[in-house]
Amino acid sequence: MSDATHPAAHKSPARSLHQLDARTKRRNASERRFKVMGIVAIGIGLAFLVLLLSTIVINGSTAFQQTFIKVPVYLDPAKLDKSGNRDPDDLKKATTFTYAPLVQNGLLEVVQKAGFGSELSKSDMKNLISASAASQVRDRVLADPSLIGKTVDFEIFASSRVDGYLKGRVHRDEIALDKNISVAQLDLVDSLRKDGALHKGFNWTFIFGADASDSRAEQAGIGIAMLGSFYMMLVVLVLALPIGVAASIYLEEFAKKNRFTDLIEVNISNLAAVPSIVFGILGLAAFIQFAHLPQSAPLVGGLVLTLMTLPTIIISTRAALKAVPPSIRDAALGVGASKMQSVFHHVLPLAMPGILTGTIIGLAQALGETAPLLLIGMVGYVATNTPEGFWDGFVSPNSAMPAQIYEWAKRADPAFYERAWGGIIILLIFLLGMNLIAIILRRKFERRW
Amino acid sequence: MNDMTLTERAVNATDCKITARNVQVYYGETHAIKDVDVDILDKTVTAFIGPSGCGKSTFLRCLNRMNDTIDICRVKGEILLDGEDIYDKRVDPVQLRAKVGMVFQKPNPFPKSIYDNVAYGPKIHGLTRNRAELDEIVEASLRKAALWGEVKDRLQAPGTGLSGGQQQRLCIARAIATSPEVLLMDEPCSALDPIATAQVEELIDELRTNFSVVIVTHSMQQAARVSQKTAFFHLGNLVEYDETDQIFTNPTDPRTESYITGRIG
Ligand SMILES: Nc1ncnc2c1ncn2[C@@H]1O[C@H](COP(=O)(O)OP(=O)(O)O)[C@@H](O)[C@H]1O
Ligand SMILES: [Mg+2]
Repeated sequence: MSDATHPAAHKSPARSLHQLDARTKRRNASERRFKVMGIVAIGIGLAFLVLLLSTIVINGSTAFQQTFIKVPVYLDPAKLDKSGNRDPDDLKKATTFTYAPLVQNGLLEVVQKAGFGSELSKSDMKNLISASAASQVRDRVLADPSLIGKTVDFEIFASSRVDGYLKGRVHRDEIALDKNISVAQLDLVDSLRKDGALHKGFNWTFIFGADASDSRAEQAGIGIAMLGSFYMMLVVLVLALPIGVAASIYLEEFAKKNRFTDLIEVNISNLAAVPSIVFGILGLAAFIQFAHLPQSAPLVGGLVLTLMTLPTIIISTRAALKAVPPSIRDAALGVGASKMQSVFHHVLPLAMPGILTGTIIGLAQALGETAPLLLIGMVGYVATNTPEGFWDGFVSPNSAMPAQIYEWAKRADPAFYERAWGGIIILLIFLLGMNLIAIILRRKFERRW
Repeated sequence: MNDMTLTERAVNATDCKITARNVQVYYGETHAIKDVDVDILDKTVTAFIGPSGCGKSTFLRCLNRMNDTIDICRVKGEILLDGEDIYDKRVDPVQLRAKVGMVFQKPNPFPKSIYDNVAYGPKIHGLTRNRAELDEIVEASLRKAALWGEVKDRLQAPGTGLSGGQQQRLCIARAIATSPEVLLMDEPCSALDPIATAQVEELIDELRTNFSVVIVTHSMQQAARVSQKTAFFHLGNLVEYDETDQIFTNPTDPRTESYITGRIG
């Protein structure tokens, strides 16, 4: 104790702590290098992410806008309703061929009012608006027969070239070889735009509509494909979650560890790495050719994606079950709970956040999967209408969001290309939403200590 | 606690509750318990002592067949509870564990409320007909575990939020809530501080009036304080089994003597 009162008695240290020795310097330097490498890696990753997202947004955001031309159409009762009694069945007899001239007349009026007309041929005018114009008018009339006899303003889709011109995709100096648009037409478009007869608006049809044929890019929407994806996810959720969780619980908690369960375990891990196209051809052979399920049906797509998702769900569920401390199982067994009670009362609730996360990641993977859908015919210009009822949605031919995007990316008209990017935005929004749900669910279950 | 069983059990305090004969336990090829014979008395605290790895836990876990959960573990020999072989084919280990409760080394309350922790056993065994009876059992068990005073105002709070000592007493309350006949405790105080240890030891002494208690401990002082009978294990053998006083003051086997004087261990 008395020593402590004499600090001056310290002798100088053999090695000063204030001077770093060579070894420490080297160690610190290598640590700094490692940190820099980590920061660079993260920086590269972030740069790519920003590049990716900005490209998607720049290319895809225009798909959510569409050019419309306001056309007053005189719905001539003499042509549309010859019997004159507005009988819906009679009205249906008037086809789009009957409507097309009425729309043409309306358009002619708009063009003449703008002071053009003589220098534009009939087909030049036709090319200004979408080929879907007549059916658009017809649908509206069938929904509301009282319009017959009046002159009604319709917001008709402008053709994809006109739309592209307004969005800066089509340039005056580049259209010399384009049969679908001429400089005279663009002059007309400019003048219509000044009048307000032609304007850009939000494109609800893109979000809720169906795919359209090659020549009507402006009418194509992703809505029906979205429904197809929804039905497939429903199938995947209803099948893969219970099967996957039951299989994992059995393997993890009940099965004896022997060569057979080892084999199953190896197989499941390997299945997770099998390319999805393999599942596609398996689905084609098993579900369509052997079981004779309908082609292009979301039911079959869902079954194929279930096969693909199962390994993911099983692996993550088993990991979640393994992470539950064994002391909880002991505690339950110790008070005389059966194996099943210990699993369902204690282990499963604790593993729930992990299981849900795994399931939603599996679903998200399935949602973005394209390759297997190609093989079972869920790609192409498949569905034009919403399914007739809830159950019909499972079996009526349909596509899915990623397959629809792939289909659009293949087509010639640049307007489809724009829609492909727009579709990717919608797909990403869905994936973000699913991840958000995963996070919320995890929080909710974790709060139960 | 059911009065009937209480009076029944009071009849003969020196009854033999558990009889083990020629017990062998193997973990795969490892012979962990070698030829152990032991008689565990009712209404008595029996302590298992011995150096680490000598098989105390293994033998304890044989008594309520918790070893069944370990795939590679095999048990041979005969263990009788009230004269019935617990390894008989007809015995459901789940039913056995309701009679032979267990408290583990590390406090392991369920991640549920204090109330639900204690109520879980009675619930799954259908011991109560209504909420009032369940409340009664929960209160009685917590009182016996000397925890009631500390938690009665926060029964719905999470059991995992209690201190280590409180958690262990909660686990004891959970174990006695199913009215077991035997209570097995595997080093119940090893994760506790001295004050909590003293509380649990006091509790064990009180539990003796209702249960047969078997406690594994690495602390010889603890064995001396709480137990009436002590068994000394060494390398899988039961070396000596006798009155606790006898073991600590006058051991017959030289291995026991060197262990309690601190030469093995
Ligand atoms: N789950 C197990 N698997 C394999 N060997 C085990 C297992 N548990 C215990 N053992 C072995 O059995 C022997 C006795 O262990 P244990 O009963 O835990 O001893 P103690 O509780 O007396 O410290 C030790 O040699 C240990 O390695
Ligand atoms: Mg032990």
